[in-house]
Amino acid sequence: MKKLFAGLIATGLMAAGPLAWADALLINGAGATFPYPIYSKWFDEYHKIHPDIQFNYQSIGSGGGIRQITAKTVDFGATDGPMTDAQLQTAEGWTILHFPTVLGGVVPIYNIEGASGKLNFTQRAISGIFLGKITKWNDPEIQGSNPDIKLPDAVIVVVHRSDGSGTSYCWTDFLSKISSDWKSKVGKGTAVNWPVGLGGKGNEGVSGLVKQTPNSIGYVELIYASHNNIDYGRLQNKAGKFVNCTLASVTEAASSIADKMPEDFRVSITNPPGADAYPAATFTWLLIYKTQVNKDKGQALVDFLKWMLIEGQKYTQDLGYAPLPPQVMEMEKSAIEKIKIK
Amino acid sequence: MMNTHCEERSDKAICRRLNRSPRSFRSLAMTSGLGDRLFKNLTLLFALSILAIAAAIAWELFKNSALSRHAFGWSFLTRQIWDPVAEDFGALPFIFGTLVSSALALLMAIPLGVGVAIFLAELAPRKVSTACAFLIELLAAIPSVVYGLIGVFVLVPFMRVYVQPFLIKTLGFLPLFRGPAYGVGMLTAAVILAIMIVPFITTISREIFLSVPIALKEAAMALGATHWEVVRLAVLPYSRSGIAGSVFLALGRALGETMAVTMVIGNRPEVMASLLAPGYTMAAVLANEFTEATSDLYVHTLIEIGLVLFAITILVNAVGRLILYKMSPYAEPH
Repeated sequence: MKKLFAGLIATGLMAAGPLAWADALLINGAGATFPYPIYSKWFDEYHKIHPDIQFNYQSIGSGGGIRQITAKTVDFGATDGPMTDAQLQTAEGWTILHFPTVLGGVVPIYNIEGASGKLNFTQRAISGIFLGKITKWNDPEIQGSNPDIKLPDAVIVVVHRSDGSGTSYCWTDFLSKISSDWKSKVGKGTAVNWPVGLGGKGNEGVSGLVKQTPNSIGYVELIYASHNNIDYGRLQNKAGKFVNCTLASVTEAASSIADKMPEDFRVSITNPPGADAYPAATFTWLLIYKTQVNKDKGQALVDFLKWMLIEGQKYTQDLGYAPLPPQVMEMEKSAIEKIKIK
Repeated sequence: MMNTHCEERSDKAICRRLNRSPRSFRSLAMTSGLGDRLFKNLTLLFALSILAIAAAIAWELFKNSALSRHAFGWSFLTRQIWDPVAEDFGALPFIFGTLVSSALALLMAIPLGVGVAIFLAELAPRKVSTACAFLIELLAAIPSVVYGLIGVFVLVPFMRVYVQPFLIKTLGFLPLFRGPAYGVGMLTAAVILAIMIVPFITTISREIFLSVPIALKEAAMALGATHWEVVRLAVLPYSRSGIAGSVFLALGRALGETMAVTMVIGNRPEVMASLLAPGYTMAAVLANEFTEATSDLYVHTLIEIGLVLFAITILVNAVGRLILYKMSPYAEPH
């Protein structure tokens, strides 16, 4: 019995551990899982510089982040897809601002029996495959742009995400822009009505299925592919060029549309015009209330955003995220001024 | 059916444990009114709390699915569409997937689980039986994500390379075994589920077989029954309702299993005749899509899926118990 009590007290103390930060200002946030590694790095580094401020971020998914900030249960949210007009309206009088933080890319991965190397996918090929219209690997649309690789006469097995995700949002947004058929029949979203294919849970589920299923194709985040040394294909961009997904080509996608960037930053950067821009890329955003009712928290968030734009961007490349282009940083600096602290 | 000799003996044992003579024990039972009442009411409270929790869950699910119930009505149960972009939903593929995968899993797990239990309780030496029982209970404690990983890395390739091509070749004339061998699919999910629920059936059935009165078995043996006949004529009829209880527990787990199933079933919301084709279950779609669902209708629809799952679980259990009750008039309905 004594032991039991000692154990209980010990667990109680451990659970009370976070209370030790009680003297630090705790700022709660929730949302996207994709930027979680960089956000936790940032919050950690920022806490080192400002020990009086402690960020608590829960990566519950973009949908959860939007729900939480709409319900005002968190101080900030995070999402991989911008909030829709309807969603912004449900936030009832609380204007929510979007701040892009980093960029990510989505890459096609595949496993073809008897063929290896980097494949080139034309826009018609990739949309045709995911629509179920191109069913064989040796279809002229695929073979034509890969003269050096002999593709087999095998049925293509499509693999997509089964869970709702920002990765799917970016991928379907890209497919919607390059194919009017996709746009009218399927559309874009974190989860869609996939015309063909198997569903895998998470990046690991998709890459696991692709690795194991001969003649399959799927899509994963660039970070996941590069950390796990998975080979991926090049996508044809708007300019007609086959572009390899790199941090530079993803940042290029953002800067090539920077002059058309709307003031609220709610923009899709898939299929951008730049000659070297990668076509399946996306921003990820922090969601912040325009009017901050808590003076200390509001100031801390503003300071953090400014730090994130300058110091924070230095950490991106090590973790595999593409940094923001300079034009967007400048725009964000002036946008931060819009936040009102009461 | 318990013989009176046994009962007397156990009464004496209780008296001995309470360190009282049978007489003082009897007088104690008559006099201690308050303690008994307290005990009775306390346990009643516990029993009612289960009902209250079930009712609260049902009410919450019902309340929070209002939008979807109004938008789709009863046709929600029979429509085969799942389009989060256009916000048009029907639950049929998920209901189908849940019922088929669970039924297939039971089909595999009941003979296997009961067979193992018979061996352990009746035939195996005591030491082997205890060791095996421990290992089987261990199986029940493995987290389902581990089963899922085993499914993805071991079972799926095995099914794709050996089992499914074999089925297509030999039984391919049936619509049940047609189509390409993806590895993942309804059958694979059922196999994983079967492995997960066998421990439930075996562990409980074994305990029940062990509790069959020796006198019954001895009587059968005295009449010249073989091992098989003893099991068939004495052990199984006596344990029927207990085995059924273990099957319902297993079925409950199979219907609600999420992680392991979603990792191997292929997650395709479509009703397909072939067992090799990918499918989807209610629990799996909830787990997959709830975190990213933003619109109210979408969230309410997912909650309605939860409501349907809740109702189907209750319905399946009720029907099962009814069949059991009709089947054996002597069996007490648990």
